[in-house]
Amino acid sequence: MLNYITSYLDKTVQTTPGQAGNLFWALVYILFVFGGVSLAVVGMNWLERKILAHMQIRLGPMRVGPHGLLQPIADAIKLILKEDIIPANADVAVFWLAPLIILLAVFSVYCVVPFGPTHAITDMNIGILFMLGVSSLGVLGIVMAGWASNSHYPLIGALRSSAQMVSYEVAMGLAVVSAVLMTSLNPTGTGTLSMIGIVQAQYAQHVWFVFKFFPLGFIAFGVFAIAMVAETNRAPFDLPEAESELTAGFHTEYSGLRWSLFMLGEYGAMIAVSSIAITLWLGGWMRPFPNLLHGAAFDLAFSLFPALTFFGLAAMTFYSTAHMPKHPFFRLQTLGLGAFGALFALIGFILLIPQVFQRVQDIFWFIAKIAVFMYLFIWYRGTFPRYRFDQLMKVGWKVLLPVGLGVLVLTAIVGVMA
Amino acid sequence: MISSIIAAALVQTRPPADMQPVATPFFFYMLSGLMILGGLAVITRKNPVHSALALIVTLLGQAGLYLMLYAPFVAGVQIILYVGGIMVLFLFVIMLVNLERTQQEKSFNKQWVIGFAAAAALGVMFVSVYVKGRALFPELPVAPLEAENTQRIGNMLYGNYMFAFEIASLLLLVAIIGAVVMAKKRI
Repeated sequence: MLNYITSYLDKTVQTTPGQAGNLFWALVYILFVFGGVSLAVVGMNWLERKILAHMQIRLGPMRVGPHGLLQPIADAIKLILKEDIIPANADVAVFWLAPLIILLAVFSVYCVVPFGPTHAITDMNIGILFMLGVSSLGVLGIVMAGWASNSHYPLIGALRSSAQMVSYEVAMGLAVVSAVLMTSLNPTGTGTLSMIGIVQAQYAQHVWFVFKFFPLGFIAFGVFAIAMVAETNRAPFDLPEAESELTAGFHTEYSGLRWSLFMLGEYGAMIAVSSIAITLWLGGWMRPFPNLLHGAAFDLAFSLFPALTFFGLAAMTFYSTAHMPKHPFFRLQTLGLGAFGALFALIGFILLIPQVFQRVQDIFWFIAKIAVFMYLFIWYRGTFPRYRFDQLMKVGWKVLLPVGLGVLVLTAIVGVMA
Repeated sequence: MISSIIAAALVQTRPPADMQPVATPFFFYMLSGLMILGGLAVITRKNPVHSALALIVTLLGQAGLYLMLYAPFVAGVQIILYVGGIMVLFLFVIMLVNLERTQQEKSFNKQWVIGFAAAAALGVMFVSVYVKGRALFPELPVAPLEAENTQRIGNMLYGNYMFAFEIASLLLLVAIIGAVVMAKKRI
């Protein structure tokens, strides 16, 4: 038993637990990824409200905990305690199944997300195909939710959503194919669909695919970046849940825990599509300039980044702590904020231990890139007005699809010439 | 005591050195059972939406069987095309048509004799293929080509069978244009 567990930790095993066939570590990784994603969704919930509020010159949540830091927990408790209503004429089985299918689709995608060369649950040789296929199951959940509610707004929302997702999937697929094409530009001439293989191809070719054949890689990345916002039903493409027209779209009739499952699915899907974009175009887990700036000194300098990030967070938190109102009413909140700062500093110190940072630095870079994308999602929401439905379809079919096709053909031509 | 049992279980589930962990009979029977149940549900449910969902279960089971046959690419395409694309459009159409009438209609039209005859003929055909063509079925599992499965399919499609592939895609293009022409009065 103990042998079985430690056999994976052997230095010679340089592979993911799924490929090593080690059930125990695969389970550990699954739990880690599941917990991490759920935690990230909770964090995103708070960040989105705060960032949106500051963009609109408001304060956002301030009451529960210092700077509203405990607001997500309060929300979670509220949602769990809330009455779970199922409409009288709803199709109960389908109504019950729909959020589960969305969650299943979203979390299955994380099986192949490479957080590091060995930090993935498993690696498949159809990795990217698997991700696209499983994430396209999510639309099934949305359609089921809209139909089972037996109500007009959810049905219209579900129809809009499925039309939107099916049409943007085409542009998305074309952009992905042009990136996969770039992996085949090596002496053997064989590409790969495996997520880990794609990142390694970028390392071997000394360039992130977003900068490859400039501006072709960049345009493909742009097409994907637009399509992925539409795929996750986020603003400015959030027509399926346009408040002013459809109340809340396909999840109008959902309440309580089931509604929170939809939210978990939406934010989980955002992280999942961002990780596809990062893996395909932005070098996955690699730190900036792994080929150009290498050597012991640079390795050391870049390995300090995780700790420095957390020290920066701690410094910001302490600064805010010092600027809390001095009234005795705020004493508990000030102490809480100080505790948050201390926690960040503690994590920073732990990340300074060589054994720790050597193991987690690729995870750190991957998550840092995801964080940039998450901020972009919020930024879009704060900036762009919502599209009209015909404009949305026009952008999908008449702009993104031809551009994606053109980039694919040009990439193939340039690849053959090079 | 308990830990030794778990250890024994883990030792048993540990794959052999030549890595053939997926294709166990258990998964085959589970997936086949799922597919049969799904297929039965497709024809017995009165609500067409439930039938379509059962069909999706069947198609997913089929994707699992492809995986067991070491054809991951086909499995992925099966999920993307059938489950993600075609079945969503199916559901789309079914949800828009009036469901109340189909709820009252009888789903079976009492033609048991013909049904049984057709099923028996199909069964006899399966059995005879298995009995007569036994030589076609290999005794031992074929060496899996999982690692280069996708590459081989690519080589086949763009090499040996390029014309067939192009003709098929041309046919699909014609179908798309036909649909547009029929749906739109003024182009």
